[in-house]
Amino acid sequence: MIRFILLQNRQGKTRLAKYYVPLEDSEKHKVEYEVHRLVVNRDPKYTNFVEFRTHKVIYRRYAGLFFSLCVDITDNELAYLECIHLFVEILDHFFSNVCELDLVFNFHKVYLILDEFILAGELQETSKKAIIERMGELEKLE
Amino acid sequence: MAMSGMRGLSVFISDIRNCQNKEQERLRVDKELGNIRTRFKNEKALTPYEKKKYVWKMLYIYMLGYDVDFGHMEAVSLISAPKYPEKQVGYIVTSSLLNENHDFLRLAINTVRNDIIGRNETFQCLALTMVGNIGGREFAESLAPDVQKLLISSSCRPLVRKKAALCLLRLYRKNPDVVNVDGWADRMAQLLDERDLGVLTSSMSLLVALVSNNHEAYWSCLPKCVKILERLARNQDIPQEYTYYGIPSPWLQVKTMRALQYFPTVEDPNTRRSLFEVLQRILMGTDVVKNVNKNNASHAVLFEALALVMHLDAEKEMMTQCVSLLGKFISVREPNIRYLGLIITSLKDPDISIRRRALDLLYGMCDISNAKDIVEELLQYLKTAEFAMREELSLKAAILAEKFAPDLSWYVDVILQLIDKAGDFVSDDIWFRVVQFVTNNEDLQPYAAAKAREYLDKPAIHETMVKVSAYILGEFGHLIARRPGCSPKELFNLIHEKLPTVSTSTVSILLSTYAKILMHSHPPDPELQNQIWSIFKKYESSIEVEIQQRAVEYFALSRKGEALMDIMAEMPKFPERQSALIKKAEDTEVDTAEQSAIKLRAQQLSQTSNALVVPDQHPVNGTPPLPAGQLSLVKMPSMSSNVDDYPADPRLSQENGALATVNSQPPPADILSDLLGPLAIEGPPSSSVHPQPSTTSELEGTEVEATAIVPAGVQANSVQPIGNISERFQALCVKDSGVLYEDPYIQIGVKAEWRAHHGHMVLFLGNKNTAPLVSVQAIMLPPTHLKMELSLVPETIPPRAQVQCPLEVINLRPSRDVAVLDFSYMFGNDMVNVKLRLPVVLNKFLQPISISTEEFFPQWRSLPGPPLKLQEVVRGVRPLPLIEMANLFNGFHLTVCPGLDPNPNNLVVSTTFFSESTRAMLCLIRIETDPADRTQLRMTVASGDPTVTFELKEFIKEQLVVIPTATRVPTQPPPPTPPVVQPVSAPAAPTDPGALLAALL
Repeated sequence: MIRFILLQNRQGKTRLAKYYVPLEDSEKHKVEYEVHRLVVNRDPKYTNFVEFRTHKVIYRRYAGLFFSLCVDITDNELAYLECIHLFVEILDHFFSNVCELDLVFNFHKVYLILDEFILAGELQETSKKAIIERMGELEKLE
Repeated sequence: MAMSGMRGLSVFISDIRNCQNKEQERLRVDKELGNIRTRFKNEKALTPYEKKKYVWKMLYIYMLGYDVDFGHMEAVSLISAPKYPEKQVGYIVTSSLLNENHDFLRLAINTVRNDIIGRNETFQCLALTMVGNIGGREFAESLAPDVQKLLISSSCRPLVRKKAALCLLRLYRKNPDVVNVDGWADRMAQLLDERDLGVLTSSMSLLVALVSNNHEAYWSCLPKCVKILERLARNQDIPQEYTYYGIPSPWLQVKTMRALQYFPTVEDPNTRRSLFEVLQRILMGTDVVKNVNKNNASHAVLFEALALVMHLDAEKEMMTQCVSLLGKFISVREPNIRYLGLIITSLKDPDISIRRRALDLLYGMCDISNAKDIVEELLQYLKTAEFAMREELSLKAAILAEKFAPDLSWYVDVILQLIDKAGDFVSDDIWFRVVQFVTNNEDLQPYAAAKAREYLDKPAIHETMVKVSAYILGEFGHLIARRPGCSPKELFNLIHEKLPTVSTSTVSILLSTYAKILMHSHPPDPELQNQIWSIFKKYESSIEVEIQQRAVEYFALSRKGEALMDIMAEMPKFPERQSALIKKAEDTEVDTAEQSAIKLRAQQLSQTSNALVVPDQHPVNGTPPLPAGQLSLVKMPSMSSNVDDYPADPRLSQENGALATVNSQPPPADILSDLLGPLAIEGPPSSSVHPQPSTTSELEGTEVEATAIVPAGVQANSVQPIGNISERFQALCVKDSGVLYEDPYIQIGVKAEWRAHHGHMVLFLGNKNTAPLVSVQAIMLPPTHLKMELSLVPETIPPRAQVQCPLEVINLRPSRDVAVLDFSYMFGNDMVNVKLRLPVVLNKFLQPISISTEEFFPQWRSLPGPPLKLQEVVRGVRPLPLIEMANLFNGFHLTVCPGLDPNPNNLVVSTTFFSESTRAMLCLIRIETDPADRTQLRMTVASGDPTVTFELKEFIKEQLVVIPTATRVPTQPPPPTPPVVQPVSAPAAPTDPGALLAALL
């Protein structure tokens, strides 16, 4: 299962953090700091998987943003790697050509989208169309 | 520019982005938090829109890393709002700010339940999402039936049902009892007939969790999973939106195959055939393509299929195919290389993730036929492997050597080589194990003894090698006594050479070895006996209770002659049992959602293939308990009783310090207790602190950032110490614990214990920040009269962590010179370097002693004059009332003996000075003051050693002239090396890289 999802820029600013396991705030800060250090220093030629404590982080970089998923050690790495890409495609579709600023100013939308995509640390919906339509429904309610 | 749709929120975010440094950001955030607090005080006046806006702002502030605890209540209370927009914010922000352990969450439980059972679909979704993400036990117990109802309801849209499926999964993970197996298995099977792939994806995750606990109950789901896999693999009836780069939902395929791996076999021949056909199709139909996403997705499916084949294929129908397929992958990049060769090459890959996997694989594929090659390859690799992997490597090499040893002497060779090459990374368990082996195999004992003897000849050997060699030679040295260079006396000399260089835990082992050597020397060698006895005598006054006790006991025992034979006889054989090393590797806790999945997969992957086996090392604090079965001739008060008073659990901080140690389970008690019985071995605490690689690339990044965003000259960032260093030092000269140094980033505390000429000091290095301190270096610059041994100081101190560095001190000779600690670290771009005087001063080696008139005068008279008795008139004395002067002396362990001198203006003082060269030395002092002129006095100091007399006289003089009472600021700090703070700071460097607001886009 996914333990947490982090969106961080190269400087380590957290743009989105979602935890599916109960952590204290101080522990969250530590995790965010450590994961950032772990991924930002890795050679782009290396694998997109890196062990983190008793788990592993699957990460991918898009422009200046790092998307990191922390999953169980036995989980299928490639499946989660593509799960990141699917999420980025959804964001890209929703914001039409997403950039970091979209995510900064609309962080609340990103949380909404994520909640339609992943729940309880598991994939909930893999259809881009279903999620985008759902977001449309929700926007009408606001 | 993208806007949030809430003006106030967008403006706030812009403001934050425009802050030029962390400080400005903090000010802006504080202002906003103040505003939010005030507004919420008068909640009635707030419109729903405003409430929503403020709660979003709080979430944003929280993401920036600030504490918004005061807002928890506001977020939770919005959940009960009647309208969607506020309710939505309440649910989402609560899910982000709180976790299942927060009490506030209970307040919402009723509202959440009403939303779940209510008719409003949107509210249902919100509630299911929050419970799915942060629901705890209480939620599980009160909500599970309602969530189950939603999942199987025919009137709910798939939208609600897929959320219900995952919400139920969460509740099940919190408390498996909430799903009643009898009733639920059939429902679960029905759920797998679902056509909507969103619901199916969610349900499959639920199924994986259920079957991982109890596959028998869900037997009826097996054929359905095969059907789903067929449907996907053949791309039958899959809506376009569920294909990803042309592949029908790779995630659902992977999940389905994962679920199938929890069933031990597929018995039904038809189902089995169908499944194998699908798997065959996947194995054969996957090609390497250009599009990276498509490639990844199809290989995600392929690798899961391979895992499933290996799990199911007892008859090896498809195994050959799989193996050749694996071979194909490998040959894509590296043709004509043997599989083993390839993996060994991967051990040298620059990517640590690949290296770890390669190590796992080598470990997993090792058997008796290739063990020698693999272990030797690992030993070879050990020399170049980075620190993060060495411990794991040595553990694995040790296990393989034990498991597949073609002969036992080879095993001994391997372990000794291991200790020799990577002593720092060889956990105690490894050498305990080799000792067990040798003890239990008589044939091996002479060989092991001879090998141990060989290693002792090497010029510089690791301390662990000293331990294991000493132990083996103590036990079995007599078996090789006839060989050249192996007589008891020669063995003793060889081992005793190492004594001055080893830590206290090893000294204990050496003392045991001496006792055993003594016992084994036939005929008795009086010279050797005297030599060993004098060593025991010397350690009878050791500051370490363990050593002291051993010295006293061994001395007493070894004088008993024949009786010694029984007590000091060879250790009995250890009971045969599973290797604690292997057990450790197996027991290593892997924290995953589906526990039994690990066991199943672990079996497939040949027992222990997880890369996270790191031997735990608990830094041992204080003295170990007296080993059971050891005769307790002397009871000693614990010397370390108050060490624990210092804040912060030392073990916690050690664990923080060692990012590489992931395993916190207690050490396997059984093997330890065996060896602790006779030996009471202590692991050196420093060995668990691995140096961390420094982070130059990150620092470079910071510099670039700094020049890009911060205007030059904004921060002239020099690090200033907090408090007066000199004053702190002076205070510590009379106290034994306190703060030695502090600046905005670090606090260094000390705590010391003194006993005769020994001192045990602990430096507490506490990082005060949320960022780590790197390049930490502590170099001891001891004066010649002190022997100091500082344990390893970690290169990185993690955020808010405290590390402890023990420092052992032996006072060799009387001297007033002061030890200096050259301490430096980096924080951001600031290099801080301070030279700190350590409070290891002459008076620490004084012990107060009260002396009577009858004792004083004969002593005083027996020391007639220079150089043993020195007299001096001291001028420029800071005028002190006599009583204050007496207090001052007592503070330095100089006992004022009232009534000895008939003149009330005079003081008579006595003390005992300890050093290795002088041993205990009685010192007598007489101070004659002049009531008419308190700025001068006459001082006479006498002792049996001229240097002691001189140094003590000068020391007292310094104290009287300088006035070092803890409450006053010294006017002129005494000489050696004034502390200097040298910030070597790059211009205008920000202190926190994370503080810089990215404006990259």
